[in-house]
Amino acid sequence: MSRRLFLTTALLLCAVLQTACAIQPWVKPYEREHLADPIMKFSRDSLSEKHFEHVRDVREGARGATGVQGGGCGCN
Amino acid sequence: MTQALPIFSKPRRQFVARCAASLALPLVANAAFGALAPSAAAPDFTLRSMGGPNLRLQEQRGQVVLVNFWATWCGPCRQEMPQLNKLYDKYRAAGFMLLGVNVDDNSQHASDVAQKMGLRFPVLLDSDKAVSRLYDLSTMPTTVLIDREGRVRHVHNGYLAGYEDLYDKEIRGLLK
Amino acid sequence: MCAKARAAPPVCKGAAVVVTNARTTARMNARTKANRWNWIRHAAALLGGVLAASGARAVDLPEDSAEALFHSYNGGGVNASGPALLVRKQLMDKVSLSASYYMDAVSNASIDVVTTASPYTENRSEYALGADYVYRDSKISLTTSTSREGDYTANRVGLDVTQETFGGMTSVSLGFTRGNDTIGKHGAPEFADVAAHWQYRLGVTQILTPKWVMSANAEVLADDGFLGSPYRVARVFGAAVAERTPRTRSARAVKFRVIGDLGSRDAIHADYRYFWDNWDIKAHTAELGYSRYFGEKWLADTSLRFYRQDHALFYSDNATAETTYISRNRQLSTFSSVGLGAKLAYNLRTVPGKYALKLNGAYEYTNFKFSDFTDIRTGEAYATQANLFQVYLTATF
Repeated sequence: MSRRLFLTTALLLCAVLQTACAIQPWVKPYEREHLADPIMKFSRDSLSEKHFEHVRDVREGARGATGVQGGGCGCN
Repeated sequence: MTQALPIFSKPRRQFVARCAASLALPLVANAAFGALAPSAAAPDFTLRSMGGPNLRLQEQRGQVVLVNFWATWCGPCRQEMPQLNKLYDKYRAAGFMLLGVNVDDNSQHASDVAQKMGLRFPVLLDSDKAVSRLYDLSTMPTTVLIDREGRVRHVHNGYLAGYEDLYDKEIRGLLK
Repeated sequence: MCAKARAAPPVCKGAAVVVTNARTTARMNARTKANRWNWIRHAAALLGGVLAASGARAVDLPEDSAEALFHSYNGGGVNASGPALLVRKQLMDKVSLSASYYMDAVSNASIDVVTTASPYTENRSEYALGADYVYRDSKISLTTSTSREGDYTANRVGLDVTQETFGGMTSVSLGFTRGNDTIGKHGAPEFADVAAHWQYRLGVTQILTPKWVMSANAEVLADDGFLGSPYRVARVFGAAVAERTPRTRSARAVKFRVIGDLGSRDAIHADYRYFWDNWDIKAHTAELGYSRYFGEKWLADTSLRFYRQDHALFYSDNATAETTYISRNRQLSTFSSVGLGAKLAYNLRTVPGKYALKLNGAYEYTNFKFSDFTDIRTGEAYATQANLFQVYLTATF
C-alpha cells in the first residue's frame, strides 16, 4: 500500500513539474532594470554585514540561514 | 519483511516508461527555435534614434548590420561599448552598419550615458521593449549579426572580453 | 530549458531517489546521521536535476572591490571595536579572489564578568581567504578563515555552489561549512578542549516580478565538543557552580526574505527567521527595512528588528534541582530585543563603468529585556541597551 502511494505521488510530481516546465520565465532579461539596482541586493556591504552577523551570533542564541545571493542584473 | 524489488521489475519499468512518456511531449513542443533561427529573415522594426529621426532595419539592406541590445544598468553591456565603437570606425566605410538598441525605461538617461561614452554609431531607443520581445532576447547584452540580404547569421548571448575579436572575424566574413 | 534536458529525466531522477530511499530508510539504524545524509541526498538530487536542465548563460563574477571598516559595539558592559579590511580582485574573467582581516579589541565588563570575575581586555584577529569560480550558470565559492584570540582559536572551511536556472529567475544554492575550534583557559594551562562544527545550507532566490525578489534559506547546524565557556558559572541553590553544557547541539534555521522596489528610487525589505534546536531554544527574528536614494549622491537605509527566544532546557537563573547540565548563560535565557538601525552612504566619486568610491556610516540601537535572568546586583530582571556603530569606505573598480 505505501509503495503504491509513493509511486503515485512520484508520478504526480513528475506530471506537475512537466506542466511547470511549460511555464516560461515571466521576467525577461531586458526587464531587470530595477533588480539590477544595488538597493535590491540582499547583501550590499560584506564587511558591514559580517560585523552585524558576528555581534548577533555572540549576543543571541539563534544562528544561521543568513542567506545567499541571487536576483540582480542577470547579465551575461 | 518486504523483499527488495529486482532492478528491472515490472512496476519499476512501468514507472520509468510513464515518466519518459510524460517528458516526451513537452520536449517535442519546446524543440522549435525562437525568433532568431539561423538564416531566417531578421524581424523588421522601426525605432526612434537618439538624434531624433526614426530608423528602419529593412532600409539597411545591402549593408552588413550588427544589432546590439544594451542597457545602462548592465555592466557587461557598458564594457562592450568601446569595442563596438572601434568596430564601427573600422568597417563603416566597407558597408557595415552598427545599431545599438537601448532598453532602458528612461530614454533620456540612456541618451546621456551614450553621449558620455562617446558612441559614434546610431543608438535606438526601445523603452517599451517591443523589439526586445520581437527578438526574444534571452540575455543582456545580445548581439545579432545580419548579412546583406537581411538574414540573421550569428547571435551572441552575453559579452566576455575577447568577444570583439569574434565579431571582427564574422563581420569580415559577411562583408566579402 | 526543458528542451535541453536530453539526459536521464532530471526531475524523475530526483523522484526515483525519493522512492528508493523510502524503501531503504526502514533498514537504517543510526537515525540522526541517516537523517542528515538523507536531507543532503535529496537536496543534491534536486540540484543535480536542476543543473542538468540549465541553459547556456553565465552568472556574474563579483566585481573588484576594497573595503575598510571601523566598527564599535558598546552594550551590557562589553566594548568591542576594531578595524576590518577586505580586498577582492578578478583574475582572467573566471575567478575572483578575496582576502579579509578583522580585528576585535574587546574590553569586557559585562554583568557576568563583573559579578563573578573581574573585567578584562582581549584582542581577537580573524583572517579569511576566498575564491569564487564562475562557469556558465554556476558559481563555486571556497572560503577559509581562522580566528584567534588568547584562549580560543577557530578555523572554518566552506564550500558554496550557486546555480542559476529558469531563465535566470531562480537561483539555487547549496553550501557546507566545517569548523574546528581549540579552546584554552587563561591561567589554567592544563585546560584544553576542542569543538567541531558542521553547517549545511540550502537557499533559493526567486524573482517574482520586475520589482520584487524573494529568497528562502534553510540551514542545519551541528556542533560537537566543548560548547560552553570555561569561565562562566551557574547558580544552583544560590551557590556558584561551574557550568555544565551538553557536548552536542543540533539546530535548524529557516529564513524568508523579500525585497521590493517601490517605484520612486526606494525599496522595502522584510525578513523572518525561525530557529530551533535540541537544546529546546526556539527563536523568532523579524526585520523590516526601508531604503531610499536622495539626489545623485546619498542613499539612506532604516531598519527595525525584533528578536525573541525561549530558554534552553538546561538553563536556569537559580536552579532548584541538581541536573546533568546547568547553565546561567544569559544568551540561552528567555529574552527579547528590539533594534532600530540607520545607515547612510555618500557617493564620493563615481566614474560609471570605471570606479565608485563611497563613504558609509551605520548605527543600531538595541534594547534587551531578559525574562529569566536576574541582575544579582539589583535582584530585578536584567535589561540592557547596546549601541553598534560602523564607519566605512567602499571602493569598486
